[in-house]
Amino acid sequence: MRKESWISIILLIIFSFLGWYFLLKNKVPFHFGLDLVGGTELIYRADTSAVEDVGGAMESLKEVIEKRVNIFGVSEPIIQTESAGIISGNKEERLIVELPGVTDIDRAIALIGKTPTLEFHLINGENLLSTGLTGRYLKQARVEFNSTTRAPVISLEFNKEGGELFAQITRDHQGEILAILLDGEPLSAPVIQEEIRDGKAQITGDFTSDEAKDLVRNLNYGALPVPIELVSSQTIGATLGESALNAGMRAGIIGLTILSLFLILWYRLPGLVAVVALICYIILSLVIFKLVPVTLTAAGIAGFILSIGMAVDANVLIFERAKEELKKDKSIHDSLHEGFSRAWYSIRDSNISSIITAIILFWLGTSAVKGFALTLGVGVLISMFTAISVSRTFLFAIASPRESKLMRFLFSNGLHK
Amino acid sequence: MFIIKYRKVWFALSAILIAASIWSIFAYGFKLSIDFKGGTLTELSFEQRLYQTEIESKLSKLDLGSYSIRPSGEKNYVIRTRELNQAEKKLLTESVGGVTERQNTVGPTVGAELQSKALKAIVVVVMMIVLFITFAFRKVSASLSRGIRGVSSWKYGLATIIALAHDVIIPAGIFVYLGHEIDLLFVTGLLAILGYSVHDTIVVFDRVRENLRINQEQNRDEDFEVTVGKSVNQTFTRSINTSVTIFITLLALYIFGSAATQTFSLLLIIGLIAGTYSSIFVASPLLVTFYKLQRKRAQV
Repeated sequence: MRKESWISIILLIIFSFLGWYFLLKNKVPFHFGLDLVGGTELIYRADTSAVEDVGGAMESLKEVIEKRVNIFGVSEPIIQTESAGIISGNKEERLIVELPGVTDIDRAIALIGKTPTLEFHLINGENLLSTGLTGRYLKQARVEFNSTTRAPVISLEFNKEGGELFAQITRDHQGEILAILLDGEPLSAPVIQEEIRDGKAQITGDFTSDEAKDLVRNLNYGALPVPIELVSSQTIGATLGESALNAGMRAGIIGLTILSLFLILWYRLPGLVAVVALICYIILSLVIFKLVPVTLTAAGIAGFILSIGMAVDANVLIFERAKEELKKDKSIHDSLHEGFSRAWYSIRDSNISSIITAIILFWLGTSAVKGFALTLGVGVLISMFTAISVSRTFLFAIASPRESKLMRFLFSNGLHK
Repeated sequence: MFIIKYRKVWFALSAILIAASIWSIFAYGFKLSIDFKGGTLTELSFEQRLYQTEIESKLSKLDLGSYSIRPSGEKNYVIRTRELNQAEKKLLTESVGGVTERQNTVGPTVGAELQSKALKAIVVVVMMIVLFITFAFRKVSASLSRGIRGVSSWKYGLATIIALAHDVIIPAGIFVYLGHEIDLLFVTGLLAILGYSVHDTIVVFDRVRENLRINQEQNRDEDFEVTVGKSVNQTFTRSINTSVTIFITLLALYIFGSAATQTFSLLLIIGLIAGTYSSIFVASPLLVTFYKLQRKRAQV
């Protein structure tokens, strides 16, 4: 066998394995955008007017929000910051939070936006006296359960500074009431029994264990470095997304089937090769989408479908050129060679222009446009590989050096004999 | 070579379509979606098909300002209102009932910003493409000085821009006429059309470039009109077949895809037809027109 035949067999085995392992056995899941799986997207404006190091403040804002979201138990949340400037086109610093599967927007907003203030005040008759001890001095908060009543209690541990302050307050004010206020509302008001030196305290109160957990989380992660304000929100129900996804897949399969029929009927044997190359292209793209991972949105799937068209175009260009050469009575082998080398320039230049478009869209676009740009750009790059190297290897593998009328017929196309 | 010969007919046809599209844009106006002007969009689904008036009467009792209702799919309604806060959103979904399929809120500043971003994206894409074409066809300019007939490479870029404008204005005009909203997905679609149309045009221009090179190598003095006509003929089947393959996938997406991608695929189909037409019947004949203008000026 010739070299091309061996490479073809190896390529077929590799692509079959990729398809079987990643797509049929579904080893690595796809990442679908919110519009396909349902969920919530929140866009916040960050007020950075009071800070000097805007980049650093946004980075720590992102970290705080990430921690809060992670405790919420959302699988694969995406938290991004978008900076202001000419390049991004934003007038302000932004924080974008995507929560797949979360449709209770109220809870999501409360979870992200809330900045609790914890204060300790002494009660002197009707008046509240601030002690200067606040949540800022907190080292850690934990939910514990009272061993007899099973009621949830929040145990607090202050840092060194806070512990000293706490010891001083409890020493100087024994017998007085120390109220614990959350966001200005009294949570509990225990009487100081004795001096507490280890910097530990407990809050008992009328809360459920869920409320206690939320509270502990908020206390632990403290205040946001910069104030944020919700400017845009998006919630998509899961059913809408699921039906969109199924419909998209069905459309893709039907489209591909008709496309394959067209290619085989018009381009005959090379058409069949183009269909095989196209299937390789689809397998490779989907595997790369899974591994990178590329988040697939409705717009992203549209970009992918467009790139399928461009992948086919490369083959069409090559076959049309090969046909012109065949008409000049050249051998099949020479015609294919000419077809590939001549078509290369138009494939290269037209795909470069598509890649330029994709890069600019990715750079300037919003999340929906980015999804489109990414699948289009990645798709065009992969298609240049499969349309040229895969089709080329297969075609030369089956183009036998012995020419017969049948072979010439099979390598011709369209309405020609 | 009837394509080049009758170029004035094709130009006239395109001019009529462009004029009609511009008229439609001015007469009907762009209906900007909440993506660009801010507001809240709520899609509710109901167990049974409700009458629109039922929802309207419920909505009118709430103090939400002006609103619009549009049925979507079999049992859904899409309600558009001004930008609502959390409490108002809750009030809306609770008083109208049904299951909330999606609810989007865009603030007015974000919307205005997206609008400028979208325009910027289109302008930058067009500029970069023209620069790229001028670069890719630079050898054509060089061959001019050696007595080969033709036009300089920036004119290939100019012809591409005119074809691009054609491909964006016509689908936009048709969409405005059909009463579709202009949203982010629409802009994405227009950009995809730009990408495809350039792709298509470059393939034809590449053939012109190749034929010019062959003429130069063989010292053949061929009229530029003949060269362009030959190139269009040679790439004609490929242009049509590529468009057919993309058309098949888009049509499948239009017929079998979800409601969300249906409008999008319709836009792409219109753009595909406009783009294929423009690269064969507008961009390439324009090269000949530019050439004739240039020669006329030289003779004066």
